[in-house]
Amino acid sequence: MRKLRPWLYLLPAIAFLGVFMVYPLIDVMIYSVEEGYNSASQTYFGVGLYNFRYVLRDPYFIQALKNTFILVIITVPLSTGIGLLIAVALNSIQKLKDLFQTIFFLPYVTNTLAVGLVFMILFKKTAYSDGLINVLIQAFGGNGVDFIDGPYWAKMFVLCFYTVWVVLPFKILILTSALASVNPDYYKAAKIDGTSRWRTFYKITLPMISPMIFYLIITGFIGAFKAYSDAVALFGTDLNAAGMNTIVGYVYDMLYGNGGGYPSYASAAALILFAIVMTITCINLLLSRQNDA
Amino acid sequence: MKVILEHLTKRYPNHTKGGADVIAVNDFNFEIPDGKLIGLLGPSGCGKSTTLNLISGLETPTEGKIWFGEDDVTHLPPEHRGVGLVFQSYALYPHMTVRQNIMFPLQNLKGKDKLSKEEMNAKVEEAAKLVQIDALMERKPGQMSGGQQQRVAIARALVKRPRILLLDEPLSNLDARLRLQTREEIRRIQMETGITTVFVTHDQEEAMSISDEIVVMEKGILQQIGAPQNVYDEPYNLFVAKFLGTPAINVFEGEVKNGRLWIGDENVLDVSGVEDQPVSVGIRPEGFELSENGPFHTNLVQVEVMGRDTSVVSTHPCCVSGSIRSIIAAENTVIPVDGKVGFALKPSKVHIFSKKDTLRIPYPEQQRKGL
Amino acid sequence: MTTNGYDIIEKKSKRSEKTRKIITYIGLVFWAFIVLFPFYWMILTSVKTYSSYNSEYIPKFFTLSPTIQNYIDAFTAVPLSRYFLNTLFFAIVTTAAMLIVIILSAFAFARLEFKGRNLLFSFFLSLMMIPNELVIITNFVTITNLGLRNTFTGLILPSITSVFYIYLLKENFEQIPEELYKAAKVDGTSDFKYLMKVMIPICQPTIVTITILKVIECWNSYVWPRLITDNEAYFLVSNGIQAIRENGFGRENIPAMMAAVVVISVPLVILFLIFHKKIMAGVSRGGTKG
Repeated sequence: MRKLRPWLYLLPAIAFLGVFMVYPLIDVMIYSVEEGYNSASQTYFGVGLYNFRYVLRDPYFIQALKNTFILVIITVPLSTGIGLLIAVALNSIQKLKDLFQTIFFLPYVTNTLAVGLVFMILFKKTAYSDGLINVLIQAFGGNGVDFIDGPYWAKMFVLCFYTVWVVLPFKILILTSALASVNPDYYKAAKIDGTSRWRTFYKITLPMISPMIFYLIITGFIGAFKAYSDAVALFGTDLNAAGMNTIVGYVYDMLYGNGGGYPSYASAAALILFAIVMTITCINLLLSRQNDA
Repeated sequence: MKVILEHLTKRYPNHTKGGADVIAVNDFNFEIPDGKLIGLLGPSGCGKSTTLNLISGLETPTEGKIWFGEDDVTHLPPEHRGVGLVFQSYALYPHMTVRQNIMFPLQNLKGKDKLSKEEMNAKVEEAAKLVQIDALMERKPGQMSGGQQQRVAIARALVKRPRILLLDEPLSNLDARLRLQTREEIRRIQMETGITTVFVTHDQEEAMSISDEIVVMEKGILQQIGAPQNVYDEPYNLFVAKFLGTPAINVFEGEVKNGRLWIGDENVLDVSGVEDQPVSVGIRPEGFELSENGPFHTNLVQVEVMGRDTSVVSTHPCCVSGSIRSIIAAENTVIPVDGKVGFALKPSKVHIFSKKDTLRIPYPEQQRKGL
Repeated sequence: MTTNGYDIIEKKSKRSEKTRKIITYIGLVFWAFIVLFPFYWMILTSVKTYSSYNSEYIPKFFTLSPTIQNYIDAFTAVPLSRYFLNTLFFAIVTTAAMLIVIILSAFAFARLEFKGRNLLFSFFLSLMMIPNELVIITNFVTITNLGLRNTFTGLILPSITSVFYIYLLKENFEQIPEELYKAAKVDGTSDFKYLMKVMIPICQPTIVTITILKVIECWNSYVWPRLITDNEAYFLVSNGIQAIRENGFGRENIPAMMAAVVVISVPLVILFLIFHKKIMAGVSRGGTKG
């Protein structure tokens, strides 16, 4: 009985993790190789890599892959850079610092779907109005464009903009605390030596907080590859029609929704995503190791 | 380079409503002679680090002026003052090697001061040799002992040949043995380079052992300046007397009556020339001499044998500094009578302080016998 | 150098310091504007009347005749209050259940001795790497097969454990000195009583932080509820807002839509304003979005 007691405390966690994490993990691999799985009859023809081949040839998946990669490549460096800029600015002031910090963190706690709607009406052209952003563009002499239903680059712009808006709070917070934890003696020493601001930043601050920057880049990549609800908020649930689907969106669409009922395809797509994320994370880790040495 | 501080005051505004400003440094006046090592000494929070920051230029004074020789540097940014600063935490850049750390200040030089690679290397080597770390140039700070890091920090501060070297509690992160070694090292380097040096510490022994002059501060106010031995022998007030010396000075409530000093009901010393008044009496531990017939008796608690000498711990109802510690030569044997031990007092080690303003009251007997 | 030369240096450095300060503040105010503007816009739009909103070709930055009609519409034309209560119920039950599960297992990992403890904990940690997207497929099938679609049970079950929070809490539990545990043992306190009377009160700040973060996560969850519910009666606010967008008030009633958006955003913003120090400290200790 005494020996069993610890396991009693652990039982709920083990049970839930087993059913909803470990088993699905094995199951998803099985699904992904079951060819021609029928969700109604729960039967399949055979075992093989057909599902992967199908997914990789599916134009919707290719589109989703392309969208996701563009989103990742633009938003990860951009949000990390802007985050760093803002964190540095925040750390250099005393007055109103807490207020700014609180304001900047606000998007973190908001409902992505709900605020996405606000972005949609700001950017959308309707029969009644061109939308605030377009009015502004026109006021500066530009040509308005429908960012929600218009050309691809415009839609991608809004998606990137909204994504950066959503992910920045986390990065600003992490970078601000990383910057604040650098011993002020280093800055005093640099100041005595007449080190210029830029050189102090480049030679002292950056190396000191580089572990945190790498952490943010890795989590940023992982997060951005899983983008989905931002896109839904802006373009609605039918992302394929809008041409703005993401890999995760493709997985869900395969599983459920208008084109749903194909857990095998969904599994294959999810595994492809997982492989991509793992590869990129490993590359990142290797790079950061090299950087340390 | 001579440094002159003139009516230097630093006030920090108090942000809590109705609170008075915090005065970290209050109307400071003193002159640091060229090429000397000055120990800035005081308990933590006394304003000594602020004073150092004012000299370095990291902070600017609210009032007053700072002169480096003939130059008024009061509002000059630190990089134009030509100062080197060594931090308590060393502030060595962890991602750079020793060489890169020492070279860092040189790489900041611009315009006509810019140095070639060879010149820089030569200067770095020279500074490293001076502090004797030239064998460890490719190590990173994390791979070095505290003492070695300290040397690197000093080399980095010296490499630009500063006019003034400032050391902020440079030894407090070292263990006792290294501290002793490093402070001798600092003294040697200072003597070799002849750079005017200001050394901040809360450890009076440290300051006294290596400084040409010590400056004692408390609550932002300068208490006394002088050669260490002079300050120790002739403390300006009770605070200075209490702050200098280990074990600390023993303080008693006493009274001067008809030219005699009384502690309790014992008449202990001739202080003729001093007006009748209640006083604080400070007796240095080495101011006691075992004497059965001595004028001063205390209640023995215990005798601690230290080897070189013996420490007698006792109590007295008039003592206001806890128990009394007296240091006597080891050959002596303490034989208490009825639990009491008798002492004769050396006038040069007995100071009396006014009750009004805590200032020391000199008396003729002290001057004569003390010298 | 002459005193004159020093004067120039002095003035120069003061001036550039000032310029830098001004630029910094301008930049910060600019970003604060970008962050706050969508919130301002949603509140503003939500109090414009339907007709005035649609008649403004160039949207106005203020309104002189605010109306609460949109809020009334939001609660009557669509079952917003139902979404709201569903989400509240979902958040409270999920968080409470999760707290029980993670406290028990964090305690076991932190204080109890048993064979394979470290191995099992490493296994738990490795589960943190598994993305939700990978396991959600089977979970969807599992819940469907159990006939739990469109039930709260189906919504709640998969979100009851979080390896990350177990990890966070275990670290915190371990900071409590072992002596306290030994003292309690000597006094004859049972493990469970020790957990309830000593560990939980001491680690209360962490538990509160975890609670808040989990509530936020529940409030914003979208993907799982979307998969598992298609009956409005079980919609959470995220799904509700999506439903409203697609066919709620009729596509173009933007002011009513914004009123709904305000209503579902307000609880979190209030929570944030009250606990912002705690939330930010908790997130910087290793939370991630979602």
